[in-house]
Order: sequence, then C-alpha cells, then structure tokens
Amino acid sequence: MRINKKSVTAIAAAVGISVASSLATAANTIKIGTFLAVTGPASFLGDPELKTLQMYIDSINADGGIDGRKVELFHYDTGGKAKEAVKFAKRLIKKDRVDVIVGGSTSGSTMSVIPLAEKNHIPFISLAGSVKIIDPVKKWVFKTPHTDRMAAAKIFEDMKKRGISKVALISGNGGFGKSGRGQSLALAPNYGISVVADESYGKKDTDMTTQLTKIRNSNAEAILNFGFGSGPAIVTKNIRQLGIKLPLYQSHGVASKKYIELAGSAAEGVRLPAAALLVASSLSNSDPQKQVLLDYKNRFEAKHGSVSTFGGHAYDGLLMALQAIDRANSTDKKKVRAEIEKTANFIGTGGVFNMSPSNHLGLGLDAFKMLEIKNGNWTIVK
Amino acid sequence: MNRLRGPIILAAILVALPLLFPDNYFVTVVVTTAVLHAILAISLNLLMGYAGQISLGHAAFFGIGAYSSAILTTQHRLDPLLAIAAGMLITGTIAFLIARPILRLKGHYLAMATLGFGIIISIILVQAGHFTGGPDGLGDIPKLVIFGWAVESDFHWYIVMSTILILVVWLVNNLIDSRSGRALRALHGSEIAAEMMGINTTAVKSAIFVLSALIASFAGSLFAHQQSFISPDSFSFFFSIELVTMVVLGGLASTYGAIFGALVLTFLPELLVVFEDYEVMVFGAILMAMMIFMPQGLFVGFEKLAQRLYRKFFASQTIDKEQRDVA
Amino acid sequence: MFDQILQFLITGLTTGAIYALVALGFTIIYNASDVVNFAQGEFVMMGAMSTVFLAAGDNGLPTPLAATLSVVLVICVGIFLQRFAIAPARGASVVTTIIITIGASIFLRGLALVVWGKDIHGMTPFSGETPIHIGQATLLPQNIWVMGGTAVMVLAVHYFFHYTMQGKAILACSYNRDAASLMGINVGLMMMVAYGLSALLGAMAGILVAPISFTSYDAGVMLGLKGFSAAILGGMGNPMGAVVGGLLLGLIESLSAGLISSGYKDAIGFIILLLVLFIRPSGLMGKRSSDRV
Repeated sequence: MRINKKSVTAIAAAVGISVASSLATAANTIKIGTFLAVTGPASFLGDPELKTLQMYIDSINADGGIDGRKVELFHYDTGGKAKEAVKFAKRLIKKDRVDVIVGGSTSGSTMSVIPLAEKNHIPFISLAGSVKIIDPVKKWVFKTPHTDRMAAAKIFEDMKKRGISKVALISGNGGFGKSGRGQSLALAPNYGISVVADESYGKKDTDMTTQLTKIRNSNAEAILNFGFGSGPAIVTKNIRQLGIKLPLYQSHGVASKKYIELAGSAAEGVRLPAAALLVASSLSNSDPQKQVLLDYKNRFEAKHGSVSTFGGHAYDGLLMALQAIDRANSTDKKKVRAEIEKTANFIGTGGVFNMSPSNHLGLGLDAFKMLEIKNGNWTIVK
Repeated sequence: MNRLRGPIILAAILVALPLLFPDNYFVTVVVTTAVLHAILAISLNLLMGYAGQISLGHAAFFGIGAYSSAILTTQHRLDPLLAIAAGMLITGTIAFLIARPILRLKGHYLAMATLGFGIIISIILVQAGHFTGGPDGLGDIPKLVIFGWAVESDFHWYIVMSTILILVVWLVNNLIDSRSGRALRALHGSEIAAEMMGINTTAVKSAIFVLSALIASFAGSLFAHQQSFISPDSFSFFFSIELVTMVVLGGLASTYGAIFGALVLTFLPELLVVFEDYEVMVFGAILMAMMIFMPQGLFVGFEKLAQRLYRKFFASQTIDKEQRDVA
Repeated sequence: MFDQILQFLITGLTTGAIYALVALGFTIIYNASDVVNFAQGEFVMMGAMSTVFLAAGDNGLPTPLAATLSVVLVICVGIFLQRFAIAPARGASVVTTIIITIGASIFLRGLALVVWGKDIHGMTPFSGETPIHIGQATLLPQNIWVMGGTAVMVLAVHYFFHYTMQGKAILACSYNRDAASLMGINVGLMMMVAYGLSALLGAMAGILVAPISFTSYDAGVMLGLKGFSAAILGGMGNPMGAVVGGLLLGLIESLSAGLISSGYKDAIGFIILLLVLFIRPSGLMGKRSSDRV
C-alpha cells in the first residue's frame, strides 16, 4: 500500500476534528448523576431504576440528545447504605460535576444526601417514598414517588368505604416499613379507624406466624402490612396458613408482579394502592396517562422483563429533569431548579405532576389507584 | 525522638496531599473518610492487636457516640463540644459496665458476645424511633464550632480529622511504650504468664476496652457533625466487621498497619465501582487473596516482599561480582 | 392462650430446626479445622438458589433431581473452599481465618448475584400447602418436612461420627492432627470430607426452608449469623449443643415475639445469649476450656 503525504494529512485532520468534536461534546454534555441501591436489600428498587435511566438516556442520545447536547449518566451503587450514598453524592458533585441528581432509592439514603444538595445548590430529584423528603419543602429537593402518607390515606379511605374501623398493623422494621407505620398511626384517627395491633418483623425473617397469631386474637377487622422485599409475601402466605379470613391491605411497596408470583394463590383478594402503571392496559382510552404508561411498560418489558412502578419513578424523575433543562435552555443549576419547580401538567408514570414552590411532589391522591389482586392479576377497585 | 518520627512523617504526608492535589475529591472526601476509619481501626487495634481481645462490636461504640452527639445537640440544644464529652461519658460508662463480664470470655465466645452487643445496640437504634429517628435517621445536626471556627467544608473536615489522627497516633504510641503498654503486650503473649508476673490482667484489659470505646465514641461524634445526618445502617455489625478487616488486613499490633488497612479498605470500593455488578465478587476475592497470601497483614507482607526483593537484588550483584572476580 | 402458645412453639421449632442445621455445619468445620466458617450461610443460600434455577422453566428438572444436583454442587463449593482458601492459610491466626471466610462469603454472594441475579425466588412446597390443624394452631406440610428433615440429618451426622471409620478419622484429626497423620489417616482428605459434609447440611437446610421463606442471593447472611449464635449458645464444638442451641434460639425468638415485642425479638435473643455466656462462658454444653501456659 502506497501512502502519500496528502492522505496522511487528511487522516490526521479527520482524527483531529473528531477528537476536537468529541471534546466539544464532552464539555457540552448534560450530566445526570445518580446513586441507587442496585445491590443489597433494596435492589428491587435500585435495579429497575438504573435500567430505566440507562435505557432512556441511550434512546435520547440516539435521537440526538437535548438541544443537540448528549446526555451522560454517572451512576453509583450504594447497596442501600446511607453512608455510601453521602460519599457517592459528593463524588457526583465534586468529581463528576453533574448538573442534576436523579436518584436515592431509599428514604434513608435520600435524607442523608439532602444536606449536601442544599449546601451545594444542586437540583436533586429523589426516587424514595418518605413524605419527610418534601415536607417541609427543601429548596433544591424534589421527588417523584407517591408518599407513604398518601398510601396510608388511600388505604384508610378504602377501609372506611367498606366499614372497617379496627385495623391490625404489621410492618417491616426497615426504613420503608417504619415510616409507613408512623404515617398509618398518625392518620388512622382522621378516618375514625383505631389501630388494635401493632406488630413488626425483620427484613430477613423467615416466618411471621407468631405476629399474625397475636393479630388473629385481636378484634381487628382488617390487616395492613407496610413493607417490601420477601416480608409481605411471607405475611400473605402465613395469613392464609393460619386461616385468617380478614381483608389484607398491602402498601405500594409490593407493586410488582414479583409479589403475586411469590405469594401465589394466597395473594388473591389482597388490596393495595399503586400507580396506574400496573393496570395501564385496562385504563380508559381518554385517560391522559394511558399512552405514556403503555409506552414505558412496553419498552421496559421488551428489554428487562416484568415492569414495576419503581422503575417508573426513575422515568418520571429523568424526564422531568431533562424537560426542565430543555426549557431553561441551559444547565445553570439555578435556572434548572426553577424550571423543575414550574413543572406543570407533566404526564409521568406516577400520575400527572404539578409542582409549585410549596409542593415539591405535585401529585394528588387521585394519582394512586386502589388495586385488588384477582386471578393472579391486578384489577382496579371501582 | 523515635516516638515522634511516625507522627511527623504522617503529618508531612497529610499536609502534602492537599498541596499536591488541591480540591480533589479523592483527597478531601475519600482520604478524610479513610482517616476517620483509621482512627477507629487504631482504637480497635489497641484491643485486638495489643491486648489480644477480638471485638466484632466496635461499631456500637462509634454509634453510641454519634447518636449521643446528634440527640443532645438537636433535641437538647447542647453545645457540640459538650455533647462530644457527654457522648464519651455515656460510652465510657457502658463500656466499663460490660467490660468485665465480656472480657471473661475467650476466642470465639468473645467474638460472639461482642457481635451480639453490637447487634443489640443497632436494634435499639432502629426501634427506639422516638429518640433516634428510627431507620430514617436523624438530621439537622448542627455544625461543629471549635473556638469560634466553624468546621464546614470537606477541606475543613480533612484538617480536623487529620489533626486528630496524628494526636491519636501519638497518644497510642506513648501508651504502648509506657509501663502499662508493656503489660498490655505481655497480655497478648500469654495472659497467664502476665498474671504470674504480677500484672492485674483483668484491670488492664478492662482499661483498654474502655479507652478503645472512648476513642470510637469521639470518632462517632465527629462523624455525626461531619455528615449532619446519621442513620442506623452506618453502625451495623457489617461496619464492625469492616473495622476488624481493616485491622487484620493492615496487620495486628501495628498502629501504622491499622492506618494502612483503613486506607486500603476505604479506597478499594472507590476503585471497584468500574466492575458494577461484579464489584461484590471481586471485593470478596481480593479480600480472601490478601489474607491467604499475607496472613500477617499487608504492612508486614509488603515489608517482607521489599526485603526479599532487596536481598535478591543485592545477592545477584554479589554473585555477579564473585563471578567477575573469578574470571 | 394455649393454642396461641402452641402456634409460637411450632413456628419456633421450625425456625430453630434451620438454625440447628446451620449451627451443626459450623460445628463440624470447627471441630475438624478450628475454623469458624462465616461462609456457612452462603451454603444455605446456594443450595436453595441453585435448586430454584435448575427446576425453573419448562425444561426445568424435577425438584428432587434439581435438589440432589444442587447439594452436589454446594459440596463441591465446600471442598473448593477448604482446598483453595483454608488449606493454604494453615497456621494463620484465628482472626485471619475469620477474615478469609468472611471474604469467601462475600465472594460467593457476589457470584450468586452475577449468576442468578437479585430477585427473590420462591420454591414449590414438597407436599402441597393445605394447612394441618392442631386445635386452633396450624402447621404446613413443609414445617413437618423441615423438622423431620433436620431430625434425620442430625441422626445421620451422629451415626457418621460415631459408627463409621471416616467419621472417627475426622474426630481423630480434630483431637490431634499430627497423631492422626502418623496413624495413617489422610488428614487432607478428611478435611475435605468435613467441609463437604458441612456444605451438604447447609444446602439441605436451604432447600428445606426455601418453600416457607423464599430465597435470594443475600439470604445467607442472617441465617449464617443466627447459626453461629446457635452454635455458641450450645457450646462451640459440641454437635448436640449446636442442635439444642438452634432449637432454643428459634423458640426464644418466637416466644419473645409472641409474648413480649416483635420489634425487639432479635435483641431479646442476643441478650439471653449474652446472659448465658456470662454465667457459662463456654455455652450451655461446651467444654470448659483450660488455658495452656
């Protein structure tokens, strides 16, 4: 092969240009940071969240990015530990210098990062449940999942409709279960409901018949279980084993097909509040969410298997952040924060969001649907 | 003079780092964490390395200190410095009360008892939500103010933690060289022999147990102010085991080994993030390999390796020389 | 009230039986090699997880075959652990071997995470799910499987150590390694047998309990910890102590959850364990140790 001088310079120039342009895009990328519980006890939250972020960022980049700018994801696994979350949030802020953080699978890890976001003035959209994240409102902190307070309210509303006034509470002793328990105890009196039993279990416990035997001997008219992971499925099976006929309510912590699969026939008749994502196809065509939900569900399931509402929270957070950046026409943190706060009529998987300076979640109680499990599938309680 | 050499070298390194890498995440954040871990590892090493008593519950003392500071400063508006002292008082009292019955146990029974103590404390932190905030943690811990100087940025904390590490090293070095330090080491060799020599082993062991807990409590208070938010998972038995791993990995009965172990175990996960899902597996494999091939710890291991290379190098030179001489 | 207590006892004995099997695994390895194997819980997890995956799907194996293959697999893991992690570190201090086995447990957990993923999995109960009623109390056929399976294995282990040449040879190694070697016992082989046996017990425990409690890649941590506690409670090194310790721990947890507080049941378990150790520093049935000078 003969190489002449001309072609060499041409190649050099081409390489030079491509290097320069890649540098230019690197400097110009929109940097999204995230820290999630991809492994550990809360991995069923963090895993679909990360997959969702990666999937959508890839497809946005394939479509040319936002205003011609590529989106780059920086992600770290916290294993569900608050201390790791703080460390990685610092890494995102100091080393990776991200423009916005969308992450924090668990309330504990979110709460521990809030002081950092506030101090460093970085917009932070949390994917965790606790109401404490946005109440009181923190300037730089937003969240997309429904709160545990909303879940408790939705459940008590339904109980009241059925004429239930005495409820037995059983909760996991992790952050989610404890926080849900607290909200339930606080809200119950507003609905004229009294809590007649208050039991808990460890997240790796293998059998809850002891706690449920105590509940059976109380005068409860329904059982409410706040928890996630294997706990709620074991509780469900144990209830049937003990022959307890009371209605069982679960929280949105079990809103994935996995729960039905694990609890099997024992899950029949269980009610829970959850986002419409689980029942997307049975929504009426006029429902504004239907298109978004089906689109997300189909894309996720085509690649990763059964959809859960948890990945949906990440979708909501990511798109909300990117749309805010798009509207702001910059990644200036102050402007982006202001735009996130102005989010109006954003149709996400969790509901239709309307943020405001006094509401950094922007979802109403109607964003929750009350579901019942029938024939191994979700149905909407009318 | 010899006693001061170590702390001076350490201080020189800690001063040089931020000068060489100003405003670097790995220095101001990761090294600061490593320094905190080093303080804890040194305190645990006092007990494990010098007094020969295993403890799988050290995170509990760290946690009691942290929560004492957090609760006293947020719920009772106590001055942070007073809260630190109060935390140490509380931790010291608890350590003193359990020291004698626990230290009567030996080997695996001692390991189990300390492990159990650690787990009991972390269950209380989770369950006593009224005081501790439960698993969601406690926030809004005020910043530390030392003589009018507010410790705020990561770099400030780097300075504070580093200073305290140097002081702790100096203190521990003095202790080990003192009369009671010699008693301590005798204890590690053989408790019965030490007893025969007229050393009150129970008293020495208890004193070390309490001192070790006090340092951990102090570190816990600092941690609470540094993070301004704490939750029980930072004080679980997993962290106790991590601390033991630092001490053993670095090399028992060596203060600098403990520092080295803390450094390695703090930086390793930072570097392993590139492995993503494989991270856990790789970490386990590295841990096993290091302990199998350097059972006396990395510090001693590297020293030996260096010696061997040194000897090899010089030995080959002498042979060369001999051969040349013969020729 | 009686029915309630009966229910607590059934629950306690089922959980306790699993603790007992894990504790027995700890004891066998401890007796053979003076090592406390913190990867014991991972044997339990791997037994259950590999059974689930071998039996999964339309082309899955029938459960008994899947379970057998899984047990063989876990035995191999146990032997590998001895051969490549414990044997090379012979003569290392107690804490060093503890860290090695902790490293092994992290490694095996990480491996399970990569191979089998992070999901929680259930397993079909061996003989259906129709509860059996005893008065107001109920138990599942699987509870009987767990308790019966544990009883059979405990007896088999007892027989092995007291009535077979191999079992006696392992005991000989634990009393005096060098003397055993001089008597013509292949010490290296016996170590592998001990680790394999311990792995077998762990895997069986995992397979028996998975239909009740489900399994996931990190299910071994808690069971390992509880098994270790049970072994210590009964007295480290005494196989019958391990069984008693396991059953007792299960009962304590269940009764304290039922009668005192479910939130503090684990704490109560550990407090009782500590109190036992304060009174009897070598556990309930452990040998009093005498110090060597």
